[in-house]
Amino acid sequence: MQAPPSASPAASAAVPAAEFLTFTLGGEEYGVDILKVQEIRGYDTVTRMPGAPDFMKGVINLRGTIVPVIDLRLKLRLDDARYDAFTVMVILSVGQRIVGMVVDGVSDVVALDAGDVRPPPEFGGAIDTRFITGLGTRDQRMIILLDIEKLLSAADIGVLNEAVAQAA
Amino acid sequence: MAGIDLKRFHRAFFEESFEGLDAMEAALLRLDPAQPDAETLNGIFRAAHSIKGGAGTFGFAAISEYTHVLETLLDEMRAGRRAICAADVDLLLRASDALRGLLQAARDERVAERSVADAIHAELTQCLQGAASAAAGKAAAATTAPAAGWAIHFAPHPGLFASGNDPLRILRELATLGDARISVRDAALPAFAALEPETCYLAWDIELRGAAERAAVAELFAWVEDECELRIEPLAAGADLADAVAAPALAAAVAPPRALADGAPRSEPRGDGASIRIATAKIDAMIDLVGELVITQAMLQQLADRLDPATGEVLQQGLAQLDRNTRLLQEAVMSTRMLPVEAVFSRFPRVVHDLAARLGKQVRLHSSGESTELDKSMIEKIADPLTHLVRNSLDHGIETAAARVAAGKDATGTLTLRAAHQGGHIVIEVADDGRGLDRARILAKAAERGIACDAAMSDAEVWQLIFAPGFSTAEQITDVSGRGVGMDVVKRNIEALGGRVELASCPGQGTTVTIRLPLTLAIVDGMSVAVGEETFILPLSAIVESLQPQPEQIKRVAAQGQVARVRDEYLPLVALHEWFALPAVPRAAHEAILVIVEAEGRKLALQVDALLGQQQVVIKSLETHYKRVPGISGATILGDGRVALIADVGEIVRLATRAAAA
Amino acid sequence: MSARILAVDDSASMRQMVAYTLRDAGFDVAEAADGQEAYEMAQREPFRLVLCDVNMPRLDGIGLVRQLRQLPTYKFTPLLMLTTESGPEKKQEGKAAGATGWLVKPFNPEQLVATVQRVLG
Repeated sequence: MQAPPSASPAASAAVPAAEFLTFTLGGEEYGVDILKVQEIRGYDTVTRMPGAPDFMKGVINLRGTIVPVIDLRLKLRLDDARYDAFTVMVILSVGQRIVGMVVDGVSDVVALDAGDVRPPPEFGGAIDTRFITGLGTRDQRMIILLDIEKLLSAADIGVLNEAVAQAA
Repeated sequence: MAGIDLKRFHRAFFEESFEGLDAMEAALLRLDPAQPDAETLNGIFRAAHSIKGGAGTFGFAAISEYTHVLETLLDEMRAGRRAICAADVDLLLRASDALRGLLQAARDERVAERSVADAIHAELTQCLQGAASAAAGKAAAATTAPAAGWAIHFAPHPGLFASGNDPLRILRELATLGDARISVRDAALPAFAALEPETCYLAWDIELRGAAERAAVAELFAWVEDECELRIEPLAAGADLADAVAAPALAAAVAPPRALADGAPRSEPRGDGASIRIATAKIDAMIDLVGELVITQAMLQQLADRLDPATGEVLQQGLAQLDRNTRLLQEAVMSTRMLPVEAVFSRFPRVVHDLAARLGKQVRLHSSGESTELDKSMIEKIADPLTHLVRNSLDHGIETAAARVAAGKDATGTLTLRAAHQGGHIVIEVADDGRGLDRARILAKAAERGIACDAAMSDAEVWQLIFAPGFSTAEQITDVSGRGVGMDVVKRNIEALGGRVELASCPGQGTTVTIRLPLTLAIVDGMSVAVGEETFILPLSAIVESLQPQPEQIKRVAAQGQVARVRDEYLPLVALHEWFALPAVPRAAHEAILVIVEAEGRKLALQVDALLGQQQVVIKSLETHYKRVPGISGATILGDGRVALIADVGEIVRLATRAAAA
Repeated sequence: MSARILAVDDSASMRQMVAYTLRDAGFDVAEAADGQEAYEMAQREPFRLVLCDVNMPRLDGIGLVRQLRQLPTYKFTPLLMLTTESGPEKKQEGKAAGATGWLVKPFNPEQLVATVQRVLG
């Protein structure tokens, strides 16, 4: 197990800042709420699940627990889904459930104030905006903030909808 | 000190209170009202007593108050001041139920549903008042007129020290209540040579000035009031002398005649003797970790095998030992999930008692093998089927006392619950000595319900009809065994646990239902097979045989896919890679391996690429973090850490044969 | 201050409460689940104070007090009974057996500590 990369200095702004783990997907920088991240692992062999859609890569053994893994690049319909030395799995804990998410590489942990986040614009179909909560800006970088619950419930992982409803 | 939060003790209080109630219930059911066993009564009393004390201490005043009446009644019973009848036992059982309800509500921080408890409280009170309406109006408390202070005469008896009391302590405390002027009377002090150091010769007169209440002063002497002469008079003279001596005099006057000896009670079985409670989640975490350890061990072994033998030898020895220790640890950890069957059996004395009373039958319950251990999850799942069987026996099996006597049998019927290990299985029997099954009636009913049957069937086949869906229907459902659950459901539930149900019956002599269960749900004996790049586990229990087919054994039947001819039978053939839609090297069936499986009486040939070996695997749930997948019953972790899926052969057979039949 | 006290009660929650409270107040506490166990422990080491419940399996509180008083080491040791208000006769019986005094259940942690401090001076 690897700990998430160390956090950048805590924001001293009056507005309570939220922290996001950022990672790259097809050249863009994305972020998920750090509180939902359990750990980060290298990409392992996954066991394919019968009858699952392509973005559902299969399941892995996470210290004795069977955990599903989705490839976010395939889910978000980014065409270039390569598996190389930088490919990692971000293990997320959502409600009672644990899910692995394949990304192109983890970059940083950033703190964003409410003021740093803008609502998502219309992308006009290039990307699925249903799963985006907003766009954050940090040092001139744009970070696409993902709505992980929505993303996972769309991934049809069991009763996740229910689990998320309870967690909310 | 004020910082001690009593809540920290609540958990322990509730746990022990529920245990106490269980013990109380078991003891009540064991109690013979005609000849109550003193120690049994004492045990029942102690349970109520502890709950009352705990409830009062930990802030559950209403429960304490309710239990007080119960305790008082029990106290009279154990002291022999009150005869016990069967109705009393019944009332006490209901009282313990109501108490359980109150405790559960308190534990869950709900508002208790008081109506039942209140009604029982009233009944208990009424029962108590049948005896001397004791509550002799306690003498009106002395009016505590404010006085300038108190004149206290305190003359301890010579033996005061022998009770561990110390006059100096009392005098010190007295001084904290106000301005105390103490003078000692040493008139009784003997010459030094005659002085006994263990005797108290001194007496004291104390003038205590201040606003201290009389009760506060008397309180300091409460422990010694029988061991001294004590007068407490208001300093502003002229007070009532009588009051000063009232306390000891009253105490002596009301000291009740000693009740029957309740001396030193012996050996109450304490179920918790050598056990501790552990949350299931912790055990499961331990099991997972041990599983990981086994895998790590296997991984190290694989690495060591590649080493040059000279350097590797010592390592190999160490690894062999690690292997042994790991297996032993795994077994030990797995065994922590095992619970004695007693956990389920213990509910039946009450079920049988209540049910027999309702049905107006006399039934005695025997059980044996309660210490036989079974996986915890299995224990939970057999409770309902077993309860159903017990209810059935009482309702339909055991006759009324009159009918039994007429048949020349003991008026009291016997229901026997037995559990035992038998060749890698657990066998649980529910046997009664009732009227037995009625062959003719079962056949008639089956015919009426449209269940296939004929008069030529063997007894065993006829008994199996009872398990047919739709056999038990509304007409025969009484409020006892009915509830819309038939024997078919019992059978299905037990089969879902990997078990079997058998039934034996003899007219006039009774019926025995035998349930055979695997030892644990957590492990399955499996055959690992390769399908493309994936490994699947097939449960060994479903496998009939495996073979490498000759080309002429495989036939393609129009519109029905392939069939395999195996020993003159044509079996539907399913290629697992197609079934699971996995990419695989396309190959003809005759170049592969066929595994013949059987479920629910139907056979199927499964085509796989290779047999990898037999092994016991630990079953892991896919549903915890993913979802149920058709044709898959779970997953397991292989020696190299990868996940393998366990095929649900029953479901595959069902779906495949249905597809073939369509 | 670390006088060693023996707390005897068959109810684990009461025992826990008594022991925890007294430890919190700086006393050193040993625990026993019934009179017999307490008696055996008391023979092995002298406690400065024994607090015992009345109703217990094997050997009850009254019996424990009676037996302890007969040991030379416990001749003058304070022995306190934890009784309920429903048992005035128990107090008498306890006194007759040699108990120093009693603490009436239900009591709260503050009362317990105050009483123990009083007795141990």
